Amino acid sequence: MKPARFDYLRPADLPTALTALKEDTGAKPLSGGQSLGPMLNLRLARPSLLVHVGALPELRAVEERPDAILYGAAITHAEFEDGAVPDPTPGFLARIARGIAYRAVRNRGTIGGSLAHADPAADWPTTLAALGAQVSLVTLTSLTGHLTAPTLRREMPVEDFITGAFETALGEGEIVEGVVIPRCHGTARFGYRKSCRKVGEFAEAMCAVLYDPARGVFRLAIGATEARQVVIQDARFILQDVDKIDEVLREAGLAADPASFRLRRAVIREAIAALEPESLPA
Amino acid sequence: MVGQQAVDGREKPARGVGASLPRKEDARLMEGRGRFIGDMRFPGQLEVAFVRSTLAHARITAIHIPAHLKGRAFTHDDMMGVKDILAKTGLPGFRVSAQPSLASGKVRFVGEPVVMVLAPTRAEAEDLAEEIRVGYEELPANYDMLRAATPEAARIHEDWPDNVFLISQTEKNLSEALADAPIKVTREVRTSRQCMAPLEGKGCIAVSERHTEQLHLWTSTQMPHIVRSGLAECLGLDERKIRVVAPDVGGGFGWKGLLQPEEVCCAWAALKLDRPIKWLEDRREHLIAAANCREHHYIMTAYADADGHLLGFEASAHVDAGAYSVYPFSACLEGAQVVSNLPGPYNLPAYRARVLSVCSNKPPIVPYRGVARTGVCTAMELMIDAVARAAGLEPYEVRLRNLVRPDQMPFRSITGKDFDMGDYPESLRRAHEMIGHAAVRARQQQGEADGRRIGLGYAVYCEQGAHGTSVYHGWGIPMVPGFEQCGARLTPDGTLEVRVGNQSHGQSMETTLAQIACEVLGIDPELVNVVHGDTAMTPYSTGTWGSRSGVMAGGAVASACDKLGERIKRIGAHLLQAPLDAVRIEDAKVVGPSGSVTFREIAHTFYRAPQNLPVDADPDGLDLVAGYRPVVDTGTFSYATHACVIAVEPETGEVEILDYVIVEDGGVLLNPMVVDGQIYGGTAQGIGTALYEEMVYDENGQPLASTFADYLLPGANEMPPVRIQHMETPSPNTRFGQKGIGEGGAIAPPAAIGNAINDALADLGVELTVSPMTPRRVREAVLAARARQLAEGGAA
Repeated sequence: MKPARFDYLRPADLPTALTALKEDTGAKPLSGGQSLGPMLNLRLARPSLLVHVGALPELRAVEERPDAILYGAAITHAEFEDGAVPDPTPGFLARIARGIAYRAVRNRGTIGGSLAHADPAADWPTTLAALGAQVSLVTLTSLTGHLTAPTLRREMPVEDFITGAFETALGEGEIVEGVVIPRCHGTARFGYRKSCRKVGEFAEAMCAVLYDPARGVFRLAIGATEARQVVIQDARFILQDVDKIDEVLREAGLAADPASFRLRRAVIREAIAALEPESLPA
Repeated sequence: MVGQQAVDGREKPARGVGASLPRKEDARLMEGRGRFIGDMRFPGQLEVAFVRSTLAHARITAIHIPAHLKGRAFTHDDMMGVKDILAKTGLPGFRVSAQPSLASGKVRFVGEPVVMVLAPTRAEAEDLAEEIRVGYEELPANYDMLRAATPEAARIHEDWPDNVFLISQTEKNLSEALADAPIKVTREVRTSRQCMAPLEGKGCIAVSERHTEQLHLWTSTQMPHIVRSGLAECLGLDERKIRVVAPDVGGGFGWKGLLQPEEVCCAWAALKLDRPIKWLEDRREHLIAAANCREHHYIMTAYADADGHLLGFEASAHVDAGAYSVYPFSACLEGAQVVSNLPGPYNLPAYRARVLSVCSNKPPIVPYRGVARTGVCTAMELMIDAVARAAGLEPYEVRLRNLVRPDQMPFRSITGKDFDMGDYPESLRRAHEMIGHAAVRARQQQGEADGRRIGLGYAVYCEQGAHGTSVYHGWGIPMVPGFEQCGARLTPDGTLEVRVGNQSHGQSMETTLAQIACEVLGIDPELVNVVHGDTAMTPYSTGTWGSRSGVMAGGAVASACDKLGERIKRIGAHLLQAPLDAVRIEDAKVVGPSGSVTFREIAHTFYRAPQNLPVDADPDGLDLVAGYRPVVDTGTFSYATHACVIAVEPETGEVEILDYVIVEDGGVLLNPMVVDGQIYGGTAQGIGTALYEEMVYDENGQPLASTFADYLLPGANEMPPVRIQHMETPSPNTRFGQKGIGEGGAIAPPAAIGNAINDALADLGVELTVSPMTPRRVREAVLAARARQLAEGGAA
């Protein structure tokens, strides 16, 4: 299938992009297009206007802060994979990026686009929730005189930003501007496991665990849930007794189907096992 | 340097039969210089978007086309005079389905074309198509073949008494005594519906050509001559008024081996509007409207003695044939082949099979690479392993004890298949050695550090190829293969054109047929043009299907080159002033006792300097058509053993193929490199059947996979390194001893992999019998086995 008719704008700066998105309620931002492109072709998405935000300098920026790094939303998976941007973790981001879909997708797909698309089975939402990342959103407060138009920014944790399967807290005319990922301690460990039917496909079960005792962080996120990620802020009770997973899955409504329950449990166990047992609390 | 290694002390030729000559077509295709339907555009062309049925089974109550689409949107009622596609068979009891090119009165599967919409671009045509409203009165959808075959199921073709195209059956030597056999194993096996998913989808452009006063149909097909015959019948045109050309075709696998309703629609519209009309199938259309192969269901019982010798075999099977009988292969080819091929390479003393070809509300079934043999090999080979488990024997041993032996060759099977030559047990023995059977068994005893389980699986099959008249005429379908011809022409500069009526779309025939010309005439394959896929340029052929082209087109090229060689020799002998019986052809020269003359000099003389020939020289010249037909035309039987080692994780159900070996006998290999390529490609598709590919339908007959996110094909990462060993037992029935090998790779993988998974999980009491064996099916089988054991333990 071919897309329905749409207009296309490639703005030079963020205010122009935000103005276009605010003026036209049928407009959609386009970043890497790796999810939106197929949706356009299938006519599942029918925007009147596509505003290309993937090349905006504001969204391509990387800012190092003392306790975190801010990544512009348009940083690609490949840039994380290749180490083209700094990493606030001991190598976790490159490891996750390397496993996203295929290289062709990684060359174009962006971290902000992945969050805004909010596919429960995608790698970034679960990973970033486990890392305790914040999403930075931006919009225009009014349309008058857009060159000096006041922009409104807000930040929220990833797990609050994603409100459901393919649903986010993005307001009208609002876009993801960046992602703030806290710095981990050098001794931190990250366990990640997903089960895909073939390399590059979306996962049927996934789990990410951040074990960072120096900062007192023991966070576990369960993805591929067909809803928002399940985030356990203090997962020490699971790390101490993995059988507790069953209860967590039951409470999350993820235990109804025995065959998928078996898979999720195995994947979570393997993610925890990947932390290396000797570093876990006794 | 290619083809220089010595095998069996014999020097391999550098360019002719047996040489691994690099593919001549690669330069064009690898550099993106091929020309496919998608690359073609004619002035004034309109593109088609079809409004397709959104329901599996419904009466059409209304079609609302906005007034401004008049002359741009057409329904069945507009195509006055166009006949339905009829693919009858002569088999007793066969029920005929009439397939309209656009739905008439009823729709019978999701994706059936209902309205044809034309616009300058496909995107605009899709915009217009959205404005059309079709009203439906929904009828119960026959989504499950077992239910569709029952008397209470809603009729798909209303004048039929039930939804069964045909019942095929056979019975031989089956006696009551078998009930007392020491081993009696019954299983239910199912293989899922698949899409063929060639790299290039289907597509066509119909042009009403004024200068030839012909309808030209450019189409992505495997069988241009058959498409022409079918199209002429539907449109009521003389065949001389139609030219069908297949340009470069990006894979077929069977999906392009039929006349399609969309081709008829485009041809009709091109004549009606006098404008070029193009339709290019997109992937969504392909997945929805062309999910059309492999869906079988079996209930089987094998009887064996305590040593695993098969005493008899019984099967009751269903094939989901979809809504219509396709032209030319019909809805019964698959079911009939289930009956005749289920015994496979085994010596069965007694056999009974009954197969229903069931009409359902799904796309019509089309023969896919391997045709029914992938299903029957899966069914039979899972049974052999089940017998072995029941007998407490190695599955390898049970196979050895039941395979047809070389001392029995040529062998007539219990279903009348004439196996030409070969040593089936030897291919199994070699695979056993290559896979390292004993080492794998030892490794299984030790267990894996990562908790996975290792499994070893075998599958053996034989593959009938190049079926001839005696095989096909009894079916009474619209096409019977028989005589195959080739046009051969020495050009005025002494190069060669060979013209064949089949089509090469990945089979490398531009190379292998040139090698055959080289074998006969000694001409450099680089100086041979292989022309194919064009009804105006080539002799009639039923096309490329059924692993036939290497044998049939290859035989025809050799015959034509033989005859051309005789004519070349006559002129050469005259130029050399030598008697005809004193000259011979060598390296594109005619060589006599006192010298030689090149093809170039001979061609120049005949075409451009005829004054140098005697007035009574043969005026028929250096351009001819000659034919070929094997003396025994029941086909060649290539065969192979596949063996693999897999690792399965019982918790997640994930399967990894650790090792895969194939010992294959394709007779004399025309080009071993090309044969390896065919085997690798077929094996990849077989791995898809085994582990990934499945078109799921819901209870409304809606297909649940319309993109590759839902319909999984194996990719490079899923393809293990495959180790191939060749045996080369010449077929006594073909020109060079070659056998058809195009389909074989796709036949055995589901059986070998399935047996390996069951081997890995046997001590958990797990046995999977449904393909693809997805991680979910593995997990469900593990859970079911555990529940069963708990229940049994509770009862004890």
